[in-house]
Amino acid sequence: MADEKTLDTRVKVHLKIKRFNPETDRRPHFEDYEVLLRAGDRVLDALHLVKWTIDGTLSFRRSCAHGVCGSDAMVINGENKLACVNLIRNVGTHLTIEPIRGLPIIKDLVVDMEPFFAQYRAVLPYLINSDEPGYKERRQSQADRERYDDTSKCILCACCTTSCPIYWTNDGYIGPAAIVNAHRFIFDSRDEGTQERLDILNEKSGVWRCRTSFNCTQACPRGISVTKAIEEVKREILFDRI
Amino acid sequence: MLLSVKVHYHSYDAIIVGAGGAGLRAAIEVAGKVKTAVITKLYPTRSHTGAAQGGMCAALANVEEDYWEWHAFDTVKGSDYLGDQPAIDIMCKEAIDAVIDLEHFGMAFSRTADGHIDQRRFGGHTRNHGEAPVRRSCYAADRTGHMILQTLFQQCVARDVKFFNEFQVFDILFDDTSQQRKVVGVVAYELATGDLHVFATKAVLLATGGYGKMFKISSNAHTLTGDGPALLFQKSIPMQDIEFFQFHPTGIYGFGILLSEAARGEGGILRNVLGERFMDRVAPTVKDLAPRDMVSRAIHAEIVAGRGAGPEKDYVFLDLTHLPPEQIDSKLPDISDFARTYLGIEPKTQQIPIQPTAHYAMGGIPTNVDAEVLADETGATVLGLYAAGECACVSVHGANRLGTNSLLDIVVFGRRGGKKMAQYVLETDHPEITKDAHIPFQQRIDELKNANGQEKVAIIRAELQETMTKNASVVRTHDSLEEALGVIEDLSKRYLNISIDDKGNVFNYDLLEALELEHLLELARAMVVSAQARTESRGAHWRDDFPTRDDVNWMKHTLTTKKPDGTLRLAYKPVVGGKYPPMERKY
Repeated sequence: MADEKTLDTRVKVHLKIKRFNPETDRRPHFEDYEVLLRAGDRVLDALHLVKWTIDGTLSFRRSCAHGVCGSDAMVINGENKLACVNLIRNVGTHLTIEPIRGLPIIKDLVVDMEPFFAQYRAVLPYLINSDEPGYKERRQSQADRERYDDTSKCILCACCTTSCPIYWTNDGYIGPAAIVNAHRFIFDSRDEGTQERLDILNEKSGVWRCRTSFNCTQACPRGISVTKAIEEVKREILFDRI
Repeated sequence: MLLSVKVHYHSYDAIIVGAGGAGLRAAIEVAGKVKTAVITKLYPTRSHTGAAQGGMCAALANVEEDYWEWHAFDTVKGSDYLGDQPAIDIMCKEAIDAVIDLEHFGMAFSRTADGHIDQRRFGGHTRNHGEAPVRRSCYAADRTGHMILQTLFQQCVARDVKFFNEFQVFDILFDDTSQQRKVVGVVAYELATGDLHVFATKAVLLATGGYGKMFKISSNAHTLTGDGPALLFQKSIPMQDIEFFQFHPTGIYGFGILLSEAARGEGGILRNVLGERFMDRVAPTVKDLAPRDMVSRAIHAEIVAGRGAGPEKDYVFLDLTHLPPEQIDSKLPDISDFARTYLGIEPKTQQIPIQPTAHYAMGGIPTNVDAEVLADETGATVLGLYAAGECACVSVHGANRLGTNSLLDIVVFGRRGGKKMAQYVLETDHPEITKDAHIPFQQRIDELKNANGQEKVAIIRAELQETMTKNASVVRTHDSLEEALGVIEDLSKRYLNISIDDKGNVFNYDLLEALELEHLLELARAMVVSAQARTESRGAHWRDDFPTRDDVNWMKHTLTTKKPDGTLRLAYKPVVGGKYPPMERKY
């Protein structure tokens, strides 16, 4: 561990990055780069090294660099991952990096996130509650709090939604991330908007599009059981209808 | 001859710059009352508030006796008596409402067995004026900041707040024709297109966060480059107490990624290479839960004394191995994952290598308790200009911020600033601004794109970070600061000779990084010069050549201003005292 940092042993990392500049290119293409990195460095460090020492025109989003802001979702060797939580020693020294799929590419690894956030907004992702609690906290039992703990971890990185084959092929599907954020409130004992959200998710664009391929669960960098959350919402809709 | 660029014109009553906790909390207060827009260089949920882990203190007394006055005392003492006591009183008193507000907004606080908001221990927070640690921090596992950021964003979605996402503000426009300076607008750069946007507005609230990326080992996001403070600094608005920068004791070794103080709040222990619990010697009463400045210095002292671990003997350990595994899973899940991800360490069975990491700017844009920006040491305000959160200095943190008080600061002063701004807007006429307000910034972009110098942004930035971590961190001397200043001045000259690769309009981060670097250089110089002038040790500002606090000469705030000729002017104003007279800081 510490040795990898301090001994400064570097390995050659080959990157094959999908590039697209809308001002000059007609279609995306791959470019190859080589940089020297330590095994304990992040994929994000590799991208920075390319940008800072080889080609400053490479564009990608990033901010926190440790997996909590959700900016740097990308396809790394075929799988959706955050570049800042994957180390070279785990992903290897030959990397193919592409933008996440299913959202329009704007430049290089930067995609248009607006459709994704529009789907998020569509599920009423906020507490709906009409009572007047006054100057005190609402009570919530530890068990009730635990009920939505998993889905409250979501950082809206879009790894799940853009790993979903249904999302790629059907542009109406609201996608796993929106359902996760609906789940977070549907199962919050303080919330009163469940019926509205279930109606939204019962529509053609909603949960029934899910074919439980589990791509989303595998892709989630926060370890959220996304497919399970979708199944719980489905059951809630069915249970309500009986 | 300027390159052609599309310019868009907008008109708002209130503009908020930055969409972390302070900006979003202000937006909730303002939107709906007056025509408001939030401009942010990221998507709101990417803001670094989301990285805050441990909690937000408020004397709810849900689990044991507590009073806001005790919280205020701890904050004053933690600040090493540089915090202004009336402002600290307001923050600690309003903390209780602020937590309850968040709960009403849907915040997913961890709960006690009877369903109340749970509270835990945190560094420097004590019962009855220092008797013992107290359970005061309201939290949501170890992702309290994430939950606060999500909750505030959710409330903005519910209120249909207008956002301009991935827009970078690069100029704040003033009317300087009358005696009191007045805000009239902002100029922003749209990352997706390269277009410029001129916003005429009655009021601006800056909530742009910190500037910890001037250091090499830092817990801060890449995007924390002090944009708001630097833009004002360039327009001769001072920076207050900029020499005070917090180094968090427990950054992941080599990365600087934060491991929350909550780890010690839950019972974690710091150990040197010999396995000794060295905080026993430094703070016999609260031990590992001493304030951050003291713990960081204690780690530094262990390393200097040769009791650090590793081939370079340059780190110590955070030991959680004695905690029940289920407590680690439920209370510290995220930081355990960080240790596994970045170091391949299992915190249930192995000690985690840590080192102090640049974390938080106590200093910033001077404001009063309503977040109104102060133009100088006399307390005159700039009309229509507000600042809140880490970019501001009220001052509630003084020379050293207590853990959890940053999340508190953003919600309390974001709310107060928003309220005050809405009131100001309703009493103020709409400003006139000229159609060519964007020209100076447009010229700047053209210069950068056309420049063909030999210097590279990434290299200058790395050298800046290197010297700041080496010379202006946990321990400083006149000579180390002199060395840093020399490097910064040299880098600033080299900066004039940079060129960038990307000449395009679409998501040109190459250009953005060049502009951000200018902000870091500007603020680093101000920090080092202010630190060199302060010949005492107080809070996070430790001078090995002046190792004692000097209350006779230095119970005062620094105000550092950039004069039109580029030189710096240092002025001072007295600390505003209160119930608690300065005393020796023992824990």
